[in-house]
Amino acid sequence: MKYVDEYRDADLAKALAARIAAEAKPGVSYRFMEFCGGHTHAISRYGVEDLLPANVQMIHGPGCPVCVLPIGRINDAIKLAALPQVTLCTYADLMRVPAENGASLMKARAAGADIRMVYSTMDALRIAEAEPHREVVFLAIGFETTTPPTALAVKRAQALGLRNFFVFCNHVLTPAAMRAILDGANAETERLDGIVGPAHVSTVIGARPYEFVAEIYRTPIVISGFEPLDVMQSILMLTRQVNAGRREVENQYARAVSRDGNIKAQREMDEVFDLRDSFEWRGLGEVPKSALRLRGAYAKFDAERRFDIETVRARDNPACECGAILRGAKRPTDCKLFGSLCTPDTPMGSCMVSSEGSCAAHYAYGRFRDARRARAVEAVS
Amino acid sequence: MTHIAQPLRRKLDIKNGRVDLSHGSGGRAMAQLVADIFHDAFGNEWLRRNDDQASLGTLPGRLVMTTDGYVVSPLFFPGGDIGSLSVHGTINDLAMAGATPKFLSASFIIEEGFPLADLKRIAQSMGEASRSAGVPIVTGDTKVVERGKADGVFISTAGVGVVADGLMLSSDQARPGDVVLVSGSMGDHGVAIMSSRENLQFDTHILSDSAPLHELVAVMTATAGGALRVMRDPTRGGLAATLNEIAQQSNVGVFIEEAHVPVKPEVAAACEFLGLDPLYVANEGKLVAIVAPQDADALLGAMRTHPLGRDAAAIGAIVEDEHNFVQMTTAFGGGRIVDWLSGEQLPRIC
Repeated sequence: MKYVDEYRDADLAKALAARIAAEAKPGVSYRFMEFCGGHTHAISRYGVEDLLPANVQMIHGPGCPVCVLPIGRINDAIKLAALPQVTLCTYADLMRVPAENGASLMKARAAGADIRMVYSTMDALRIAEAEPHREVVFLAIGFETTTPPTALAVKRAQALGLRNFFVFCNHVLTPAAMRAILDGANAETERLDGIVGPAHVSTVIGARPYEFVAEIYRTPIVISGFEPLDVMQSILMLTRQVNAGRREVENQYARAVSRDGNIKAQREMDEVFDLRDSFEWRGLGEVPKSALRLRGAYAKFDAERRFDIETVRARDNPACECGAILRGAKRPTDCKLFGSLCTPDTPMGSCMVSSEGSCAAHYAYGRFRDARRARAVEAVS
Repeated sequence: MTHIAQPLRRKLDIKNGRVDLSHGSGGRAMAQLVADIFHDAFGNEWLRRNDDQASLGTLPGRLVMTTDGYVVSPLFFPGGDIGSLSVHGTINDLAMAGATPKFLSASFIIEEGFPLADLKRIAQSMGEASRSAGVPIVTGDTKVVERGKADGVFISTAGVGVVADGLMLSSDQARPGDVVLVSGSMGDHGVAIMSSRENLQFDTHILSDSAPLHELVAVMTATAGGALRVMRDPTRGGLAATLNEIAQQSNVGVFIEEAHVPVKPEVAAACEFLGLDPLYVANEGKLVAIVAPQDADALLGAMRTHPLGRDAAAIGAIVEDEHNFVQMTTAFGGGRIVDWLSGEQLPRIC
């Protein structure tokens, strides 16, 4: 496969692994967070951890749209879908996220709610056009990557004069979440020596919005592509920054990301959305100025206004460690539920649902290492 | 003598006609549908007797039996259709025991309004598949349900086969040290189906690999039947599901090399942009064989002499593992688990 295989080459990987091992100083521990679920998935799927020395540790970040959506908003979506005139359109991943009292969109659908799985906002728009008697609500989630398509769909609905298309907007902002993570990362256990920065998000917002990470939080950040060689090269670049005492925004993903990003996409977003004062994230709690809602000019497409949605904050399962895992404070295996009560087939928390979630990725790809680790511990003790 | 008028027997309007509820009512319309469409397509001595059952006589050897339902959408896809698939799938389920498939049955649940032309095309395709495999469809059933109660047509086939003495294949027979063979490239069927689905249409030349595997299996059993421990066709859930089932049922682990698993470049590319892993995508004309190590090379060589095993490959080995993990060295050089598929929203592929 042209333009793909080049970024997954085993010989180049070996060479990079050797460089990282040579440059990571013995006795120093390097704790890097990959912010995005896309990176978490690549690291797990390609077995990148096996190519890193023991003192370079990857911590999974909160950049998984399904994972950070709080339970209260899932409850809202289930309530919306239960309205007889509503057709709720959603990405498949969200169907299985557990809400309160064991509810989920999947179960709501089995009970008769009209919930349809779509691949894009435009699919939902097409349903609204084809079925004018239904009120079609698109459950919009995601970071800056998925926001411009939602903006375009809303503008398209406006142009078509559609009166039965609504967006339940849960779009969130990456830099705000990064700030929340860095604010919380004071304790020694949560120390971060560097961040592997977003790939697709950065193609939209550019490199500039991360400058505060280096300048204010004195933390190195390398914007990285999603292919496994991208990730390894970014880890090498972070290792070099740490060794040299540099704290900079570096761009490994220069083939797609510029300093200013995609101005046209930013304009579309800005035209359709404005900032919420505050928004709840699973794991991070209320984060100020971290999410978007539809502007007044597009209010008639806003599901929250049309259906008077007042989100009630809901408690996570107290045994579920998704919150701490999303902050990078705990690993999936630190959770008592992991692998026993909580598996991809029986998810208790959102991190076990999406393939980008830390728990799902570790369960599906990496848990053989736990057995290996347990054997090693046994052998030593 | 009084003349009694004979009802005029109108021919079925195959070109423009549709299945209606009378075709499932047990009356003349049904008899005509069965005769003109199914007997015409499957024609054999058992069906021509028009009995409620087929009388098969006695069969030599150990009998095996299987049944399978087919609900694939769309009904016609690149490289096959629900008809040929329903023949191949059941033949393959028999062949995975090392059996020689002998007889098939077919049962149809048809939605009111289904075009007769499509039904004819499906029946002809089944007949062709059954004839070229040498396994007759000897008995059948037809039901028609109201519009909206089915999706076009659902087919259920069952099959009977015989296994020669000395062959005892089962999913609990894999032992540490055994070699894992696959008969060819993974994921062709699932990608062919997805490429023709309404909301996903994309241009590709990939055809479903739907094919009967019993002749390939006959070549294998003739070469080193005693070395065969497990054979499975990796359909739903793909290679990953099959290997996990074997690992669990045999209480072993499986270790495979991603670089050795054959995947066509077009399939890899389609999976890449659909966000799928070819290891989890369905096949309908491939088999996985777990074989004793000393005969692995001979079996691999024999498989490659058959057209359906041309791209056969050894992809890994069985190991001891109390966790029953299927582990893989990635082509990138790291390690990972190849886990069970969980809750993915896959379309109806078979």
